Amino acid sequence: MKLHEYQAKALLAKYGVTVPKGEVASNINEVRKIANNFGGKCVVKVQIHAGGRGKSGGVKLVDSVESASDEAKNMLSGNIVTLQTTSEGVPVNELLIEEALNVVEELYLSILVDGGLGRVIVMASEAGGMEIEQVAEDTPEKILKVVIDPAIGLMSYQARNLAIGLGLNKELHGQFIKLLLSAFNAFIQTDCSLIEVNPLAITAEGRLLAIDAKASIDDDALFRQKDESLNYDSRQEPEIEMLARTSGLSYVKLDGDVGCLVNGAGLAMATMDVTMAAGATPANFLDVGGGADVDKVHKAVDILLSDPGVKKVFVNIFGGILRCDVVAEGIVAATKASKSPVPPIVVRMLGTNADEGRKILKEADIGVHLVNDFTEATETIKSLS
Amino acid sequence: MQGITGREGSYHTARCIDYGTQVVAGVTPGKGGQLFADKVPVYDTVKQGVDDANANTSLVFVPPAFAAEAIIEAIDAGIETVICITEGMPVSDSIKVCEYVKRMGARLIGPNCPGIISPIDKVKAGIMPGHVYAPGRVGVVSRSGTLTYEAVGQLTPLGIGQSTCVGIGGDPVSGSDFVDVLGLFEKDDATDAIVMIGEIGGTKEQEAAEFIESNVSKPVISLIVGQTAPPGRRMGHAGAIITGTAALASSKVKSLEKAGAFIVPSPADIGSTTKQALE
Repeated sequence: MKLHEYQAKALLAKYGVTVPKGEVASNINEVRKIANNFGGKCVVKVQIHAGGRGKSGGVKLVDSVESASDEAKNMLSGNIVTLQTTSEGVPVNELLIEEALNVVEELYLSILVDGGLGRVIVMASEAGGMEIEQVAEDTPEKILKVVIDPAIGLMSYQARNLAIGLGLNKELHGQFIKLLLSAFNAFIQTDCSLIEVNPLAITAEGRLLAIDAKASIDDDALFRQKDESLNYDSRQEPEIEMLARTSGLSYVKLDGDVGCLVNGAGLAMATMDVTMAAGATPANFLDVGGGADVDKVHKAVDILLSDPGVKKVFVNIFGGILRCDVVAEGIVAATKASKSPVPPIVVRMLGTNADEGRKILKEADIGVHLVNDFTEATETIKSLS
Repeated sequence: MQGITGREGSYHTARCIDYGTQVVAGVTPGKGGQLFADKVPVYDTVKQGVDDANANTSLVFVPPAFAAEAIIEAIDAGIETVICITEGMPVSDSIKVCEYVKRMGARLIGPNCPGIISPIDKVKAGIMPGHVYAPGRVGVVSRSGTLTYEAVGQLTPLGIGQSTCVGIGGDPVSGSDFVDVLGLFEKDDATDAIVMIGEIGGTKEQEAAEFIESNVSKPVISLIVGQTAPPGRRMGHAGAIITGTAALASSKVKSLEKAGAFIVPSPADIGSTTKQALE
């Protein structure tokens, strides 16, 4: 679960990380009031769940209440498109107004899970303010890593080693160690999957602060993280994805016209690959999951049919825990209830109760194309265009 | 069977018994003393099941919030192999549990996995549809459940049976990796060739490739799915998110190709590629 910058900073601050003074505004009056408190000199930043906002005009340094207000008006007027969003962009509902600082040096700091090692790692780099992926590609020697033993946690000496590795002035070591230990504590206590501070800034006055911060909470740990200040801003995700999520379906919108409905994430990816290889393009990734019932399949079909980009549907089910007859009943119910015309549906069913499922679809007479293997499926899909 | 009286636990316990698995004990705290399906004794703790019925393997079906403790309880009771079916365990729990398993010298498969099936021994310790599988000499290891059924569904009709099939699970942090299972298949006299099914995200497939190059003499047939997934988006499996070039399908395929694996060009060709590799 992604957090906004201001939520990430509030979380870090709560654990003792120094962050710039700032407040959140959702309208011009609030912007003016906050900017005024900073004497007009401040930074206005859009609060969105995607990166790349700086290059897209989402971060502005201003020196008067008037220009803060003008920039804010512009930012709040519609969606912002960045390199990491779709061409539609994402809505800007909130702005973070912060004090302007006299930054002399920018560093990089992050805490994340390394799946290969099965451990939490801390990464730091002298190359702050840049995309870390780019740094990793161009100058990997500039990235320092510390692997954390889960039974021990992060030790001060490890943080000190990083401070030395980053070439920090000795006067800053104390601040750096405290900041990193605090951020690590926040990461562990709130079940984060990522905390990224980029840049971590050194000011002319010799202060060390988290100028920008990203944080994500592990979705699977949300049941034990009930802090209300960490609420998810669902306005940042397309409505259709939110609908899928609240229905317990795993769904990702893509750009093609073949709506895919599959059980299992691996098989769903395989189905996308096969569709693509045949020269058609999937409209989505959709995994109905192992424990789906008729109602859930019904909802999954509804979601596919509600996507105006879907011109045909490919249902690929390998029945295991999920029985094919359950899927068939869901498809029949959803297509019969649909108010808009239903696009052609290609169905491949194997495994548990496949014969029963196929029989239900045949008898319902809803114009489903039943196929046996991947090749037949893709040929049918192509012939439908 | 840990969580034997739950909805998932009871359903799959019955299926495992039907397949031929020797299920000797179930555990649900507070429900000790009952009998499951009139024959399997239910205990309050794993230790009771180990002491009374000599269980050496456990399947974990308990909800995500309690799965970590269930795994640790099993290991402390002396269980050698724990298979965690539970999906949705917090990553921080997985990290701690995997560390503990390693330290205690036990083996964990999963979490978030379909389990293990050995058609040659008629043992099913998992949630897969048993009727798809047939005894034979090919080992299968995969991060995905239904995609494994797909693979087996292509192999069996071609007359290619399976020795053992292991699902290592779709989470970014898991108890056993491809490398662990490849090592076991290499040593297994009942296995002649290995089908390995990977996906985007992480570097487990690259590690497998390195291992194959120097440690696996048997033919490895490999498929990587998610070639068409857009970067940065999580494709269902928590591990299936592309971050950095190493996580790309193309980079994994390249490493495996270099290691001498037979590459399955498309998920439709798992059966045919395996057949060619065996000839």
